[in-house]
Amino acid sequence: MTDSDTDKLPALLGFPKRYPFLTLILQRLGLSVILLFAVSVLIFAGVEALPGDFASTYLGQSATPQAVANIRQDLGLDRPVTTRYFEWLGGALHGDFGTSWASKQSVTEQIGRRLGNSLFLAFFAAIISVPLAVGLGMLAVFYRNRFPDRLINVISLAAISLPEFFIGYLLILFFSVNLGIATFPATVYDTMSFGERLSAIALPTATLVLVVLAHMMRMTRAAILSVMSSAYMETAELKGLSAFNAIVKHAAPNAIAPIVNVVALNLAYLVVGVVVVEVVFVYPGMGQYMVDAVTVRDMPVVQACGLIFAAFYILLNMLADIIAIAANPRLRHPR
Amino acid sequence: MTDFTKHLAGRVTAGGMNRREFMGRALAAGVSLSVASQLYATSAAAQEPKKGGHLKLGLEGGSATDSLDPAKSLSQVVFCMLRNWGDLLVESHPTTGLPVPALAESWEASDDAAVWTFKIRSGVQFHNGAELTIDDVVKTLERHTDEKSESGALGVMKSIKSIEAKDGNLVLTLTEGNADLPLLLSDYHLVIQPGGGYDDPAAAIGTGPYKLENWEPGVRATFSKNENDWRSDRGFVDSIEIIVMNDATARVAALSSGQVHFINRVDPKTVSLLKRAPTVEILNTSGRGHYVFIMHCDTAPFDNNDLRLALKYAMDRETMVEKILGGYGKVGNDFPINETYALFPEGIEQRSYDPDKAAFHFKKSGHDGSVLLRTSDVAFPGAVDAAVLYQESAKKAGINIEIKREPGDGYWSNVWNVQPFCTSYWGGRPTQDQMYSTAYLSTADWNDTRFKRPDFDKMLLEARSELDEAKRKELYREMALMVRDEGGLILPMFNDFVNASTKQVQGYVHDIGNDMSNGYVATRVWLDS
Repeated sequence: MTDSDTDKLPALLGFPKRYPFLTLILQRLGLSVILLFAVSVLIFAGVEALPGDFASTYLGQSATPQAVANIRQDLGLDRPVTTRYFEWLGGALHGDFGTSWASKQSVTEQIGRRLGNSLFLAFFAAIISVPLAVGLGMLAVFYRNRFPDRLINVISLAAISLPEFFIGYLLILFFSVNLGIATFPATVYDTMSFGERLSAIALPTATLVLVVLAHMMRMTRAAILSVMSSAYMETAELKGLSAFNAIVKHAAPNAIAPIVNVVALNLAYLVVGVVVVEVVFVYPGMGQYMVDAVTVRDMPVVQACGLIFAAFYILLNMLADIIAIAANPRLRHPR
Repeated sequence: MTDFTKHLAGRVTAGGMNRREFMGRALAAGVSLSVASQLYATSAAAQEPKKGGHLKLGLEGGSATDSLDPAKSLSQVVFCMLRNWGDLLVESHPTTGLPVPALAESWEASDDAAVWTFKIRSGVQFHNGAELTIDDVVKTLERHTDEKSESGALGVMKSIKSIEAKDGNLVLTLTEGNADLPLLLSDYHLVIQPGGGYDDPAAAIGTGPYKLENWEPGVRATFSKNENDWRSDRGFVDSIEIIVMNDATARVAALSSGQVHFINRVDPKTVSLLKRAPTVEILNTSGRGHYVFIMHCDTAPFDNNDLRLALKYAMDRETMVEKILGGYGKVGNDFPINETYALFPEGIEQRSYDPDKAAFHFKKSGHDGSVLLRTSDVAFPGAVDAAVLYQESAKKAGINIEIKREPGDGYWSNVWNVQPFCTSYWGGRPTQDQMYSTAYLSTADWNDTRFKRPDFDKMLLEARSELDEAKRKELYREMALMVRDEGGLILPMFNDFVNASTKQVQGYVHDIGNDMSNGYVATRVWLDS
């Protein structure tokens, strides 16, 4: 080891001390990459473990041994699993997710459109549901154990207790079939104007808002209540801090972590977990796309969708963690 | 008016016959020329199609994995799309199932039915402006014959030895005589494409009444009218929009709120509710598809014909049609042919539920213990319920059926055609010959009852090249009886195709060929304002 190397080493060791926050983010990012690898292995193994491969499931009942053999040979399905995985991985690392086995179209291109649709729907559901949930949560705290609190609780609980497809059907029945004021089906396509798109997603957005609202609202209420009843809030009040200052300096940093976490979970759900809503409203999002692909074992598409879903979950949870840490001085400066 | 001319007039009204064809047949039946032409005019005027409008279909059976290559078309949505943009050489008649000229104007066979000459229509243009040539036809058929094409019509094309163009006509030479060849060419995969579709099989360029405008697999497709269409008896609406709706409730909601004009696959369980909607019309057509319980004739304990008969008599067919099909279907008689097929063998006694006979044959078979039946709802809608109903009716005959519910995923590769007793589904085929060749010939890949009888195979081949209809019918009758009494097929029901439309949709043709008016729904209907 030369002198210059030994010089660098303390500098390298010093980095985490000087930039603890940056180090944390880098660590998380590194972990995320490893997680994504693990996810890709899991998905690949999972699809392999399913009965039937692409050739036989794609052809279904009409599969003749000859046709199955042709497809298998075309796609190289006769080679070992590990070879195929590493070939796929090699492509993916270069940003090439390949072409769909079934439709022979570029996966990246197809996903781009579907992901755009999913994000469009999730975005509007989020900008309505998050402020609404937090606002209602605060309102519930303000009127704690009084009529408005109870009403908010009962309604949101009822909404979360109904299965999402049922809420969807109810909304379709009332607003589309009976009253005829809402657009259905919610199919969106390229040539639609922005206004038409908004009108198309009104009902699915409403369904999603109802589904995620209660969870976030109740967490907000619980977090604020628990903080407000803690000893340090009493101390703050006793040492003469104004209510506003007490909340901003002491209550908010402690309450924000659980709220941000539950918001992140719900946002991730809005992107990746809404396949039922997509089917009911005939909305061309990612969920339906992935289910179609899994049904025929279209591996390149399943892999790409799985990775994107995993990336969203990891990213949103990481953001939630970082926000929670940044908001809370105790976590920001760990001993 | 004789019954025959009445029948012809009815077919004109149904949209299945053009003027020349009608006149030809009416004249042959001894009707004078002026009477015949008058008759044609009145029948046609009874339903004068209205032109224009935008037709919206909400269809089940589309997926992001769909391909527009006719060779690989499997799903319902792509099937319906093919009909809009492409044409076949031969079509099948909606009510009789007989071959009707399309891109092939006429045809004739050699005496042994082994060499066929087709005259190809002239003056037909593809959507890209190119003229249809004999070369396009030859290349298209060649592409579907290639083992590597993965074509769904490969099985049909196997019997063709050579495809040639001679003096501007298409000449097909078969490995053996086949009186049904024209109908084989009505297989929906065999859409004629420019250059045979070798360059870009999924380009959707054809000679059909509509041009594909926009397509997103599994989501939506739009079509506009082909102004150069070579036929005037179809393509009445200006434009078509197909929206993929895989959820049954979503389809019904879209139809009853008037967002779409037509939906397919109405759930028999809810059809009675939908019927009440004042704006909706239920369109059910009897078809050739059938729901089956299949036993392997060569696997114990099903290798015993008494056990097979016992299980056939233990099936309560009427209840099946009532409960599983909601009444939208007909009882089956344990052979895969119904009266919609040409040369249907009449007068075969209907097998009915008979616990005593079932018990008798069961005892005679000497089988002890229960019988394992595998099922899943992918076999056919309501297959699991059907299995439970069957279990109950068999119990009354002292037969204990054990039901094993298999995962729907991989059912067609792991259970069907693998396990000795399971539930399954068969779509129809254009001819009796094709149905039997596909699933009852000893050497067939899909012989899912393992019915291996050299005497049956011999009759099948004999009937295939027999041009004398009476002799052919007799052969088919013997074959039907053999499958019914000695085969491994329990066929409780033929299902109807149940579609629904708004009342605005007019001119729907009930076609026995396949679901959705044999896929032609969008090209045959018009919108009443």
